[in-house]
Amino acid sequence: MPGKLKVKIVAGRHLPVMDRASDLTDAFVEVKFGNTTFKTDVYPKSLNPQWNSEWFKFEVDDEDLQDEPLQITVLDHDTYSANDAIGKVYIDIDPLLYSEAATVISGWFPIYDTIHGIRGEINVVVKVDLFNDLNRFRQSSCGVKFFCTTSIPKCYRAVIIHGFVEELVVNEDPEYQWIDRIRTPRASNEARQRLISLMSGELQRKIGLKVLEMRGNAVVGYLQCFDLEGESGLVVRAIGTACTLDKLSSPAAFLPACNSPSKEMKEIPFNEDPNPNTHSSGPSTPLKNQTYSFSPSKSYSRQSSSSDTDLSLTPKTAPYPQGPRIYLCPSSPSLSCGSLHLKKSCLLLSESSLPPHHSSLVSPVLRKSVSFSEELFLAASGMGSGSAGKEGGPFKALLRQQTQSALEQREFPFFTLTAFPPGFLVHVGGVVSARSVKLLDRIHNPDEPETRDAWWAEIRQEIKSHAKALGCHAVVGYSESTSICEEVCILSASGTAAVLNPRFLQDGTVEGCLEQRLEENLPAGCGFCHIPYDELNMPFPAHLTYCYNCRKQKVPDVLFTTIDLPTDATVIGKGCLIQARLCRLKKKAQAEANATAISNLLPFMEYEVHTQLMNKLKLKGMNALFGLRIQITVGENMLMGLASATGVYLAALPTPGGIQIAGKTPNDGSYEQHISHMQKKINDTIAKNKELYEINPPEISEEIIGSPIPEPRQRSRLLRSQSESSDEVTELDLSHGKKDAFVLEIDDTDAMEDVHSLLTDVPPPSGFYSCNTEIMPGINNWTSEIQMFTSVRVIRLSSLNLTNQALNKNFNDLCENLLKSLYFKLRSMIPCCLCHVNFTVSLPEDELIQVTVTAVAITFDKNQALQTTKAHVEKSLQRASTDNEELLQFPLELCSDSLPSHPFPPAKAVTVEKTSPMGEGNFRNRSAAPCANSTVGVVKMTPLSFIPGAKITKYLGIINMFFIRETTSLREEGGVSGFLHAFIAEVFAMVRAHVAALGGNAVVSYIMKQCVFMENPNKNQAQCLINVSGDAVVFARESELEVVSTQQPAANCQPACTGGEVTT
Amino acid sequence: MTSELDIFVGNTTLIDEDVYRLWLDGYSVGDAVALRVRSGILEQTGATAAVLQSDTMDHYRTFHMLERLLHAPPKLLHQLIYQIPPSRQALLIERYYAFDEAFVREVLGKKLSKGTKKDLDDISTKTGITLKSCRRQFDNFKRVFKVVEEMRGSLVDNIQQHFLLSDRLARDYAAIVFFANNRFETGKKKLQYLSFGDFAFCAELMIQNWTLGAVGEAPTDPDSQVDDMDMDLDKEFLQDLKELKVLVADKDLLDLHKSLVCTALRGKLGVFSEMEANFKNLSRGLVNVATKLTHNKDVRDLFVDLVEKFVEPCRSDHWPLSDVRLFLNQYSASVHSLDGFRHQALWDRYMGTLRGCLLRLYHD
Repeated sequence: MPGKLKVKIVAGRHLPVMDRASDLTDAFVEVKFGNTTFKTDVYPKSLNPQWNSEWFKFEVDDEDLQDEPLQITVLDHDTYSANDAIGKVYIDIDPLLYSEAATVISGWFPIYDTIHGIRGEINVVVKVDLFNDLNRFRQSSCGVKFFCTTSIPKCYRAVIIHGFVEELVVNEDPEYQWIDRIRTPRASNEARQRLISLMSGELQRKIGLKVLEMRGNAVVGYLQCFDLEGESGLVVRAIGTACTLDKLSSPAAFLPACNSPSKEMKEIPFNEDPNPNTHSSGPSTPLKNQTYSFSPSKSYSRQSSSSDTDLSLTPKTAPYPQGPRIYLCPSSPSLSCGSLHLKKSCLLLSESSLPPHHSSLVSPVLRKSVSFSEELFLAASGMGSGSAGKEGGPFKALLRQQTQSALEQREFPFFTLTAFPPGFLVHVGGVVSARSVKLLDRIHNPDEPETRDAWWAEIRQEIKSHAKALGCHAVVGYSESTSICEEVCILSASGTAAVLNPRFLQDGTVEGCLEQRLEENLPAGCGFCHIPYDELNMPFPAHLTYCYNCRKQKVPDVLFTTIDLPTDATVIGKGCLIQARLCRLKKKAQAEANATAISNLLPFMEYEVHTQLMNKLKLKGMNALFGLRIQITVGENMLMGLASATGVYLAALPTPGGIQIAGKTPNDGSYEQHISHMQKKINDTIAKNKELYEINPPEISEEIIGSPIPEPRQRSRLLRSQSESSDEVTELDLSHGKKDAFVLEIDDTDAMEDVHSLLTDVPPPSGFYSCNTEIMPGINNWTSEIQMFTSVRVIRLSSLNLTNQALNKNFNDLCENLLKSLYFKLRSMIPCCLCHVNFTVSLPEDELIQVTVTAVAITFDKNQALQTTKAHVEKSLQRASTDNEELLQFPLELCSDSLPSHPFPPAKAVTVEKTSPMGEGNFRNRSAAPCANSTVGVVKMTPLSFIPGAKITKYLGIINMFFIRETTSLREEGGVSGFLHAFIAEVFAMVRAHVAALGGNAVVSYIMKQCVFMENPNKNQAQCLINVSGDAVVFARESELEVVSTQQPAANCQPACTGGEVTT
Repeated sequence: MTSELDIFVGNTTLIDEDVYRLWLDGYSVGDAVALRVRSGILEQTGATAAVLQSDTMDHYRTFHMLERLLHAPPKLLHQLIYQIPPSRQALLIERYYAFDEAFVREVLGKKLSKGTKKDLDDISTKTGITLKSCRRQFDNFKRVFKVVEEMRGSLVDNIQQHFLLSDRLARDYAAIVFFANNRFETGKKKLQYLSFGDFAFCAELMIQNWTLGAVGEAPTDPDSQVDDMDMDLDKEFLQDLKELKVLVADKDLLDLHKSLVCTALRGKLGVFSEMEANFKNLSRGLVNVATKLTHNKDVRDLFVDLVEKFVEPCRSDHWPLSDVRLFLNQYSASVHSLDGFRHQALWDRYMGTLRGCLLRLYHD
């Protein structure tokens, strides 16, 4: 009996009228935990009953405490017939199980009914007395803290980051059991809600056990998902990063609003570098940056525009001999010959008909692997991670060994974190992703979820090998997702291959001196960009240059990652949200045929999505993507791809080349004219974007006029050819020559469409910025006004004979219009930034496309001088001068061009934000309204891990809630929009109520993981399932804490917001 | 491509004041979009008509969902579903319960029943206020009426407490409720020149002095709840008013009263001769109004009578307002000098209010 749960039912209010005759209700409450039920007395004839019950005590195992939710049911007593249920409240008591979190749950909870929605509120007090149990074989994991936040929570310090934990549990979906035919929709919904609540409790407990095994005490970046597999069952799975966290006794003044690169930047004299020579040869492994695999620069330089990529989608050859496989695309000749210079290798189109492997598909489980990674060329050509070790300096090798030893103990060296303690991330390789198409079959034995486990294990293995092929020993920013349609399921995983600092991975394995040297070795602000692989062994023609920041090491020309922008990264200008959107029609098919069709489409989609991303990135004049998330959604007759990322200009990477359009029929005069017109438009757009996002890298500011395209490139090429001493110089140069301008070939209407669609993306109205990362690079003066929102749109495609183009256009318009609507709705917050913009696409029916967006709008103060930026400028100046001396060996031409321009024009830094068009925050005073007589405390919600201008003082536990809402009177509830609008508002309300009951005043890292909406207008019915999660926290305004912050005037300059936090 | 579903839900419920006004004014989404386009919002923001349509729909849906709560404003404060800053809550409530002068003049004093509700069509056509808006305003009147009808204590306080209205608006509602309860006729042609403000002023005076709640207490002492009803006129008082009859029935008394008034006002009144000539008529009018108030029918016609018997005769003789004031003051005060008259307190209670009302009613 290691725990005693105590519950008291205090009162109810705003109850619905259950007795038409008296217009009143005779309410009583059932309190259920596990198999024990208590009842309160009936409080007759009142809509505001005062039960004031005794303490109901449940004596239970802590295992049950973790698994079971507390169920509170409010009923209307009826003498003659069955008692009518008014509604229920599920309370997850997990937050009470660890000492640092909440000690009591007490407050008003909305009474929720799956048919009627919220019907009044009930006041409940819950406490837990936990007895310490030292049983070594215990099945519970009480005390392990869970955080949805994908970084180290603000009031903790990471002692050790242990690594990946995962678990999944399966069950039959109650909605698909035979009994569902005879029970009411309400009973069925409640069975489902209860089951999922139980399953997530169990899952969390099991994950907790794994953490304890690893000797950790917390899970950070905990992501739990449901797969509604329909007939075949219900899967609840979770991943996270096990850590050992220490509570900070006196938390360092953290700067939520200021993730500026200048912070803590260490000035390291570069000549102290112990191993100057190793730099040119780069770190040790021959890895392959995933970015390159998407880098169509090379392909475009060759003429055929369609899908001529030597680097697209290579299936893996050996690693999984078990089970039938289909090779999704023909392997390139280069693979077999092992050539590293794939100049003109394969054209996908030339072999686009698949080899007829289908016959081999006898197994019920269709296993397909789409490894979208060129690095496999590498792996295939026999360049293991070890081969290059010698070339790295001895220090690097040491670091490498240690990190490896730390990581190799792990089955999967994955981290769900997207932001890291300083120094944790050494190098970033690039995005690694894997997808696999599966046929669902009934889960026969829920206790042995082996198939699902095996599926994920395969995918993870694949990710691991991709990372390894890139020479990286870890994957960060890792996430998993599924898309299910009928019996076909696409499993996806993606992350960012990276080299990590072993210091955090194991306790005390690294000696102090090493640590120090390591730190010195990392040039601040650009270290993570440096290629972790050896350029001599590059299997592909990449375009490396010396880092524009430190001039010491090589960097790629573009960098794609799934993580947040590292805090110490040096960024020029601001970032922006970049999306690639794509639809592909597919024939309706059954089972295996369907899976095959999907598998065939996937690689093309991935390729096109990446091409689009790359084009749009260039169009923005930027050179890196952060927070990349590619979602492939499967529907009955189409596939949808949506990639979102935040583009930035990393100072360390070279200036991106422009986009050049080339026509196929050069003799046609009018065509030619059209092309040149388009070219002009593109050039104008790039120039405009550079201005808009304040991208004024040193070079550009030197040459004010001139086309933004090829010139800077030539210099960088020069730089390289001067410095490189390898044999490949000429070859590399060749490719560079072509690459300078990124060529888009227009040879048919399709391509034309593509170019048009590039230009149709409208930038946000001035005063608005958007990104899908935590914070917006270049903005660091956030004010405290935040508005989290969810927006859902469903469109019905008009015609049945849709073409891919029409579909693309529809989808594109849908997303663009949605964004436009958001900008319009939030216009009163200008100047503001939409952060953590999270798009989710689903295809609920044949002709329906659903897009769900959750984001937070944060205002910022445009008048605050960007002091951090200034500081940063000074640093860069210093750095530049340091570099000067070192670079003397380079041709004068280079120096004169790039160096004097290094300093930012200081005037620019001050006048950056002159954008807002409509009134200078006319509505700002809203937040200054007096908090008069409201009895409901404000609870803020945000998908970010912090609250601007405030400090999180306590984490109260994880919020993980699942709701079903159903209606049989859709029209009466305002149609689908009315129904869903009300439901989402109710979900928000229930989240807020739970947080408030825990004693919190905000939810951070909030995420709506699922929003499954189904309708049947003919029957006047609709159903919706929503799953949300986040971390309940207590925050305090910084001014309240009397933090006299000199670094951050922005946070303190808003006294109006501190008193009355009335907006959220 | 058609939008099947299009929603935006903020953690803080977004309220657009302009759209709220359009919604309250009863415009359809289409009309509201057209009006917003005309306001030049598209040019200001660079938005498209489709965006505006979606935005308007969304706000309308929000308002529609909030409407249920607005029917019982304290619920809006305590509910958990919509997180709305208090200042915004106050704005929502205040605007929701605001009404149009033109509309309130049409229904003031009418029974707030289904029958009247049926006439809303005509009122809508007549006033140019949309039927929807008329319904909302009518329902507001009726709802407030129903809630405070049976309550004790100050009418204004009750309304304020149960509907969280501003003081100003609560007073207006008190007048509306008072008029509806006593069914004062306000729609006659001769009363058309009077504004809602005029009636509300009178209502406040009458509530303060002529109702049960006014008996024996200073108006500043709301705690002593001795059958404190603000809605109904004090029946006993009305009964007592019959005693005033003597002022006009007794010829000597009437003459004495007249001579007292005339003596006092001689030389001070521009319209002295007209006053002198009309004194008996005017006095009869005012006293007869008092004595008739025991009949419900005559209570209803109070304002008609006052205008007919006093305002119109004075106006036709072109009395300036200052003269009316002088006359009424003297007229009320002189009664104290009538030795044969015993009902001084009753007279003051009656005439004090009536004087205030008449002065307010006396304009063009």
